[in-house]
Amino acid sequence: MRKLLEKITKTKLFLPFFCLLLVLLINLFKSPSFFRVSVSNGVLYGRIIDILNRGSEIAILAVGQTLAVAVSCGTDISVGSVMSLSACFTCMLLAGFGVHSTTVLQMPMLIGIVAGILMGGLCGAFNGVLVSKLKIQPMIATLILFVAGPAIGLLLCNNQMVYIRYDQYKYLGNFLNIGDWKCPIPTPILVTVLVVAVIAIILRKTSLGLYVQSVGINRRASRLLGINSDKIVFICYVIAGLCAGVAGVVASSRIYSADPNNIGLHFELDSILAVTLGGNSLSGGKFSLTGSIIGAYTIQAINTTLLAMGVSTDQAPVIKAVIVITIVAIQAPVFKQWWAGMKNRRQAEAKELS
Amino acid sequence: MKRKHRMNSNTILILITVLLFFIMYFIGCVIYANKGFGNFQTFLNILINNSGLLCVVAGMTCVMLTAGIDISVGALVAMDCMLLATGMVKGNNCILMLLLVLLIGAVFGLVQGFFISYMNIQPFIVTMAGMFFARGMTAVISTKQVSITEANNALFYQWANTKINFPAFMGIVNNKGATMVPFIRPPVIIALLCVFAIFIMLRYTKFGRGLYAVGGNEESARMMGLNVKMIKLKAYVLMSIISSIGGICYCMNTMSGSVQQATGMEMQAIAATVIGGTLLTGGVGNVLGSFFGVLIIGTITTLVQTNGKLLSSWSNIAVAALMCFFIILQALFSVIREKTASKRKNARVLWSGK
Amino acid sequence: MAEKIILTLREIDKSFPGVRALDRAQMTLREGEIHALMGENGAGKSTLIKCLTGVYECDCGEIRMDGTEGTLCIHSTQEAQKKGIVTVYQEVNLCLNLSVAENLFIGREPKTKLGFVDWKAMNRMSEKIMGEHRFNIDVTKMLGDYSLAIQQMVAIARVVDIEAKVLILDEPTSSLDDKEVETLFELMRQLKAKGVSIVFVTHFLDQVYAITDRITVLRNGAFVGEYKTTELPRVKLVAAMLGKDFDDLAAIKPEGESIVGEKVIVKAEGLSHSGTIKPFDFTIHNSEIVGITGLLGSGRSEMVRCIYGADRSQTGKMVFKGKKVKFKAPIDAIKAGMGYLPDDRKADGCINGLSVRENIILALQARRGLSMLPRDKQEILVDQFIELLNIKTASRETPINQLSGGNQQKVILARWLCTKPDFLILDEPTRGIDIGTKTEFQKLMLKLASEGMSVVFISSEIEEMLRTCSRMCVMRDGEKVSEISGQMTQESVMNAIAGGGSNAKTT
Repeated sequence: MRKLLEKITKTKLFLPFFCLLLVLLINLFKSPSFFRVSVSNGVLYGRIIDILNRGSEIAILAVGQTLAVAVSCGTDISVGSVMSLSACFTCMLLAGFGVHSTTVLQMPMLIGIVAGILMGGLCGAFNGVLVSKLKIQPMIATLILFVAGPAIGLLLCNNQMVYIRYDQYKYLGNFLNIGDWKCPIPTPILVTVLVVAVIAIILRKTSLGLYVQSVGINRRASRLLGINSDKIVFICYVIAGLCAGVAGVVASSRIYSADPNNIGLHFELDSILAVTLGGNSLSGGKFSLTGSIIGAYTIQAINTTLLAMGVSTDQAPVIKAVIVITIVAIQAPVFKQWWAGMKNRRQAEAKELS
Repeated sequence: MKRKHRMNSNTILILITVLLFFIMYFIGCVIYANKGFGNFQTFLNILINNSGLLCVVAGMTCVMLTAGIDISVGALVAMDCMLLATGMVKGNNCILMLLLVLLIGAVFGLVQGFFISYMNIQPFIVTMAGMFFARGMTAVISTKQVSITEANNALFYQWANTKINFPAFMGIVNNKGATMVPFIRPPVIIALLCVFAIFIMLRYTKFGRGLYAVGGNEESARMMGLNVKMIKLKAYVLMSIISSIGGICYCMNTMSGSVQQATGMEMQAIAATVIGGTLLTGGVGNVLGSFFGVLIIGTITTLVQTNGKLLSSWSNIAVAALMCFFIILQALFSVIREKTASKRKNARVLWSGK
Repeated sequence: MAEKIILTLREIDKSFPGVRALDRAQMTLREGEIHALMGENGAGKSTLIKCLTGVYECDCGEIRMDGTEGTLCIHSTQEAQKKGIVTVYQEVNLCLNLSVAENLFIGREPKTKLGFVDWKAMNRMSEKIMGEHRFNIDVTKMLGDYSLAIQQMVAIARVVDIEAKVLILDEPTSSLDDKEVETLFELMRQLKAKGVSIVFVTHFLDQVYAITDRITVLRNGAFVGEYKTTELPRVKLVAAMLGKDFDDLAAIKPEGESIVGEKVIVKAEGLSHSGTIKPFDFTIHNSEIVGITGLLGSGRSEMVRCIYGADRSQTGKMVFKGKKVKFKAPIDAIKAGMGYLPDDRKADGCINGLSVRENIILALQARRGLSMLPRDKQEILVDQFIELLNIKTASRETPINQLSGGNQQKVILARWLCTKPDFLILDEPTRGIDIGTKTEFQKLMLKLASEGMSVVFISSEIEEMLRTCSRMCVMRDGEKVSEISGQMTQESVMNAIAGGGSNAKTT
């Protein structure tokens, strides 16, 4: 029995899973109806659904961030700003430049949405060139878009919020209506599943996952044995940008508008946190997509929990900080060593006594 | 052997920064001559308005030398401001409040430094948690803006509003016929003292050189007997104390505390340090360069403001573009340096004996 | 010379996950002696040193030092330094972003009366120190601007300046040429006269017999024996290290001339890369082993990197297997049928963190691009090579960093053999490897050549090249100066390297 327990605790995914479970259990303790899911107005309701729904953006960002971190041993801090930029770009295209609110679209909705996602990809490509070709540190390279993104977004929206009062635009962020049938599952959840599935398949079925790890661990050696390190790094950043684009469009669709100042705010921090909580090292190399997804929902669960407990959004960060530091500290190798050392000492003492 | 000044790439970068500042300022003087840009006071205003940022940047340089980063500074400054404001309004002793703020800064830095240095957790994550914590605490103290008036604390008010005038002969007559003598305020003196003190520390103390060593090669520094953990811890404590000093300066400027204050200050500080020639990879940096980095950012903001027609987003974009320029320049220099180093590897050693 | 014992290590145990690095190891050090610590890779030399200097904490065992009551408990390098035990490692442990003077004085900078760092005094004292070692360099320049050899000298000068009772040199001569090694030895003799005890960890037999007084041999983490150098013949030393009678070395001498193939596999003309290698010609046939020899920094690795495409050649042309080729990146060379085992295993070879299996199939996979090699095929292939090369690993999923140096090298060799190259470049494949594995490699090379492969073999040990190569390219100062073939001896090769050999570029 003991050996089984040891084996479970030593697996890489144990801690992320455990943390998520802990947060959920705390919720359950506070409100027994936490896990209850009900159907109302033809759609699913419930705290759990809420977490899955609102955590979609973070999960999508976490997927891209995991790859960027793994391959370049650094963090992409522009994802939040790219979200904002994509949202603004889409809304500007759909509404026309300078228009504050519209009910008529200037171009087919799908084209506008795809354009927004591609804008994210373009930003990712910009970051990718800086990191792969010019060998600039990821945090510095992405700092540029971090600062410039919202500013450009503001300019695109002419310094105001842009409202798209067009029914179908809301589908992406809320619920799909196909004819008479309303899909019970919130669309963002479906989008997340799609994104995760696509990326996971690409990573598993092709050798991209292996290359990402190899390049992340040792870029020079990877080049010498035939891997095009620059290309792999570039691809990962483009994926991160595309993910940010998707997340941005989803976020915009939720509020059927573009809010340059608030969309994506602090999301880059949440995405990096998700990656870390998932047990991935910020110094790159081996990675676990599953871990990051679990981390993303853990963070959303924390966010939701705090709201439910009545903590105001301004003050919530304090508790979030404490929780995050605790989780990260427990995962730190230094702590694990100290813990193991304590265990060994106790065992040695027990042996001496017996 | 006489010590020659080496014209290596690091010196060139700083020279470019300084030159850029002078060019920008000169352009401003020319274009906006009618709006009084050319006055000495404009330059002094840049110093006055950015005195808080100057202190923060001096500290940030130290932290970045160790290959670390601190993104909690903006939040810390806001928290200090709020503390000071509420304390003053309640009528507490001015000196005591200032000391309290410094103490809190020290404790803040100590906790962050412990997690970064002894638990070996990534600086970005730890200081992000610190940022969350400080922002939240600011809201916990008060969600509404708190203003300091003369009635609350005459001493502080007096200090904040003191004008330190330059000699009378430097005065100019404005269009109303009155003589305006250039002046600065106490925060500027404090900030300049901080910058000077950090400069001396980095150049002439064991601790300062230790910072360079740790950033250059942490493993080697440890092997050579330096207490790397302690040095890093001290760097973060110093950073937070100096940020608190910056917070005091900031408070003297704004005479209020609010939750929205100093948002984005950390990114401005990082941008200024990068523009000033400090490498995020550590081991290379100069506080004088960072000083000019702040001046450049201040000049850009002033230029945009003086124009009046441009949105303030443009100054963000300009800062981002400038940062992009310097980052790419640094990257190019390091590529060149690597190429010359590999050439030197094959060079023969010059022998003088045997 | 008084035979005063200054340091004893007894019953030292140290284990890592899955590996018993030290098993009741011991060592005795006397005052003012130069003591060699030898053993194959995985014998535990580095681990023992790290236990002594506080980098690792030994699981159990005693360390006693003259002048200290009871056992020593050293937890950090600083504590070790305070006791007078200092180390200079193989990787230069200095800060390249600081000046030479600063590196010499980190942690103990001379101070002015006000307590500030006294730069003038520091520079003056540094010049004096470097002058004493007959290295007059500009001490205010950044250390990173100097070559590796100078950096190592600075590292040694630094620890020598700090009062040391025990100086540990961990493979200091791997990157030094003969002149520099002689300077180092001179330094060691000076220290010995002062009463400093030196522990000299090395693989070079010649150096051991040139400078040391005693030798301690470890094998598989255990203590084999301590011997006086003058009383131990070379063969016996090697036998002690391998644990068997060693005549394998002689046995692999090829009977008669090795049969070189007829087909020209590589014909390179005028290839060069600015800053690293001047224009050169190179030809190799199938079933041929060509050696590239020369002093450190003469351009050996640079030449093969140019052929392989790791450094893009800026001039000249190359014909590979009868077709004109221009390699822009290593992948082009790999696809054409080349393989390259780099000289720096740690930096350019191992992908630490990935398993043995992943490391082995990686080049083969890279050749296929994004299409994944099926898992079952991978496993068959990997098991094949684990057996063929006798790779000691717990399983094929073990992370490569848990293997010993020699086994890691075998994994990287397997990586290239997987791709079944027609042309294989081995750059210092036996550096830092024990003698047992060295002979395995040499035998393997001869076998591959007999099966048709063209092999380029670069090594610092001329002996092993003589045993395997049919022809040698001689490099000097970043240029290929000549080739020698036929009856080659150590002397003729040394002459060619030194200059004065035939300058005719034979192909």
